[in-house]
Amino acid sequence: MVSVAEKTLVQPTGGLRRRFMTLLYRSEGVRGYALLLPTLLVMIAMLVVPLGTLALQSFWTQIYFKLDHSFTLNNYLQIFDFKQNPIYLVLLFRSIIMSLMVTFFVVITAYPMAYFLAFKVQRHKLVWLILITVPFWTSYLLRVFAWKIILGFQGVINSGLISLGLIDQPLEFLLYNQTSVVITLTHAWAAFAILPIYVSLEKIDRSLLEAATDLGDTPRERFWRVTFPLSMPGVVAAGLLVFIPTVGDYVTPNVVGGTSGIMIGNIIQSLFGKANNAPLGSAVSIVMMAAITLLVCAFLMLIGRRRWKHAET
Amino acid sequence: MAADESFIAIRNLSKHFGSVKAVDDISFNIRRGEFFSLLGPSGCGKTTLLRILAGFEIPTKGDVLIDGQDMTTVPPHLRPTNMVFQSYAIFPHLDVKQNIAYGLRKTGISKEETERTVNEALEMIKLPGYGNRRADQLSGGQRQRIALARALVCKPKVLLLDEPLGALDKKLREEMQLELRQLQRSVGITFVFVTHDQEEALTMSDRIAVMSRGKVLQIETSSRLYEAPNCREVADFIGTMNFIDGSVAGSENGYAVIDAGPLGSLRAPNAERPFERNRRVTLAVRPEKLRIETAPPGDGTNSVAGKLGAQSYLGDRSHFYVEVPGMTKRIAVASQNATRNLDITDSGDRPVWVSWPVESGVLLPGE
Repeated sequence: MVSVAEKTLVQPTGGLRRRFMTLLYRSEGVRGYALLLPTLLVMIAMLVVPLGTLALQSFWTQIYFKLDHSFTLNNYLQIFDFKQNPIYLVLLFRSIIMSLMVTFFVVITAYPMAYFLAFKVQRHKLVWLILITVPFWTSYLLRVFAWKIILGFQGVINSGLISLGLIDQPLEFLLYNQTSVVITLTHAWAAFAILPIYVSLEKIDRSLLEAATDLGDTPRERFWRVTFPLSMPGVVAAGLLVFIPTVGDYVTPNVVGGTSGIMIGNIIQSLFGKANNAPLGSAVSIVMMAAITLLVCAFLMLIGRRRWKHAET
Repeated sequence: MAADESFIAIRNLSKHFGSVKAVDDISFNIRRGEFFSLLGPSGCGKTTLLRILAGFEIPTKGDVLIDGQDMTTVPPHLRPTNMVFQSYAIFPHLDVKQNIAYGLRKTGISKEETERTVNEALEMIKLPGYGNRRADQLSGGQRQRIALARALVCKPKVLLLDEPLGALDKKLREEMQLELRQLQRSVGITFVFVTHDQEEALTMSDRIAVMSRGKVLQIETSSRLYEAPNCREVADFIGTMNFIDGSVAGSENGYAVIDAGPLGSLRAPNAERPFERNRRVTLAVRPEKLRIETAPPGDGTNSVAGKLGAQSYLGDRSHFYVEVPGMTKRIAVASQNATRNLDITDSGDRPVWVSWPVESGVLLPGE
C-alpha cells in the first residue's frame, strides 16, 4: 500500500527531468549539441558576432564623427578603384608577397631544427622543446625591438662591422625596409613552425628510412624521396600557421619597417585610429581576410587535387 | 666469386650494445641459393645478425663476407642485399608500382624496362592490376608480397627477411610459407630468414641456425634438428621433449647404459658424440616416440613406470601426462588415434608404463 502511494507521488515531479535525461541518453543528436553548447556559445560570442559586426560596419559610411548607417558599397569600390587609390591593393599584394617570403624562410629555418629534434636528439626531447620556446617567454614587442637594436643604424651588426674595420659607414639597408620586416617576422614565427614539422617527422616509421637505404638510396636521396614527402603535412601546417597571421601583422612593420616596409595591417590600424574611418577599415579587413581565405583554399585544393589524382589513376 | 659453400661467411662476429652482447662471437657459412633460417626466442640476437648482414648495424668485432667480398663496413645502400621488413615498410606516399620500382632507379634501366619489370613482379606475386593502388588500400598479405617484390626486382645476391609472416593470420601465413618457399626455388636467390616460429622455420628452410643469447647453438636441416638436437636448449626449443637426467654407467651392444636413478637403468644410442663412463647426461625422447601401456612391456625397450596424471583428447591424437616418481616434470606422451577407440577418455590414477625403442632416445650433455 505505502509503496504504491509513494510511487504515484514521485512520478510527476521526476517526470520532466527524467524525460529529458532519457532523451539525452537515447538521442545522439541531442547529446552532441549539449556537449557542443559551451564551445558554440564561446565561438558565437568571440568570433561570429565580432566578424558579423565588422562585415556590417564595412557597408556603412563615416561622416566626420558620425556614422551613416545606410547600406553602401562605396568602401569596397574605393578599395578596388586602383586608379584613384592604388594604396590598398598595392599594400595587400605586398603584404601577401612578404608573408610568403616569411613563410618560406620560416619553413627552411624551422625544418633543420625540427629534423634535428626528431632524428638526432635521443634523450631529453622535452628539454629541447622547452629550449626552443625560451624566446617566447618575453613579449612579442620586446623581441621586435631587439631586432631594431640588432639591425639599427648604430646597432649590433653595424657597430660590429665598423669596429672590425670591414665598413666605414653604417649599412642603411638593414633597417626600415621590407628586408628587416621579413627577418624579424621570420624569427618571431620560427618556433611555431618547428612543432608541426617535428610532429610529422617524428611520426615517420623509421623502417621506411631503412627500406629506402636498403633499396639503394644515399642519405640525401632518401631525404628527398621519403623523409621530405612524408613530412609535407607538417610543412603545409607550418606554412599556413605562419602565412595566415603574418599577412595582417602591423606591429613588426610599424617598429622595424619604416615607410617602405609598411603592410596592410598598418593601413587598417590607422583607418581605425588616426584616420577615423572604421567602416573603410572594416572593408579593408574583410578584403584582406577574403584574399587570405581564397589563397589558402586555392592552395589546399591544389594539394588535395594532386592527392586525388594520385589515388584515382 | 667465392665457393658456393661459403657464399656468406660470418667470421667471429660480435655486436655489443653497451654491456649487452647481442651477437657473441659467431662463425658460420651460408651456402649459395640456400633457404637459411635464423631461429630463436626474442632477444637471442637473430635480428641483430640480420641487420648486420643488411648493413644497418656495424659489428663490434669480426667480419662478414658476401660472395667473397668483405662487407663489414660497406653502407647498406651499396650492399648486394635487400630486406623484407617485419612491418613491410611500404612507402605510404607512393603507389604499388612506385614502391616496387623504388630500387630500380639506381640500376639505370629505361622507363619501359622498369614498367615491364614491375609488371612482371606484379604477376609473380599474383597481384596484377594492383599497380595503382596506394599502400593504405592493401591488406597485410598484399603488403607483404609487395615488400617481397620490391626487394626481389633489385636482383639482390641475398634476400634478408625479418619475420615477414609474423603479422599475418595463421591461414594466410601457412599459404605464404609455401609460396615463399616456391618463390625462393624459382628465383634461386639466397634467403636468410629470421623467425621465432619453429614450425615456420622447419617447413621452409634448407638449414636452420638455432640461436640463444647471442650464440648459435646448432646449424642443421629441419629433420636433423628435430631428431638429433645437440643440446638440451635446442631440444627444448624445437617441439616438445621429455628429459631424463642420469649418468653413463656402461655400454651394452653398442648402446650406452644410463643410470637414471629412481627410474632405473635405461639404454640409448651413443655413437654420434660418444659420452664417456660416469658423464652426466640427459636422455631426451619426443612424446610421439613413446608408447603408453597398462601392463609392463617386454624386454628390448626402455620403460618407465608411473601413473596417468592427465590427458587431453585432440581428435586426431591424444596427449597423456604421466607422473613418474623421482621426476619433477611429467612425461608427455603423444599418441595418434589411428584406430577408432571410444574408451580412451577414461582417466584416473591408473598405473601405466611408458616405453620407447632404444633408438628413439637422444643422449645430450647433462647439466
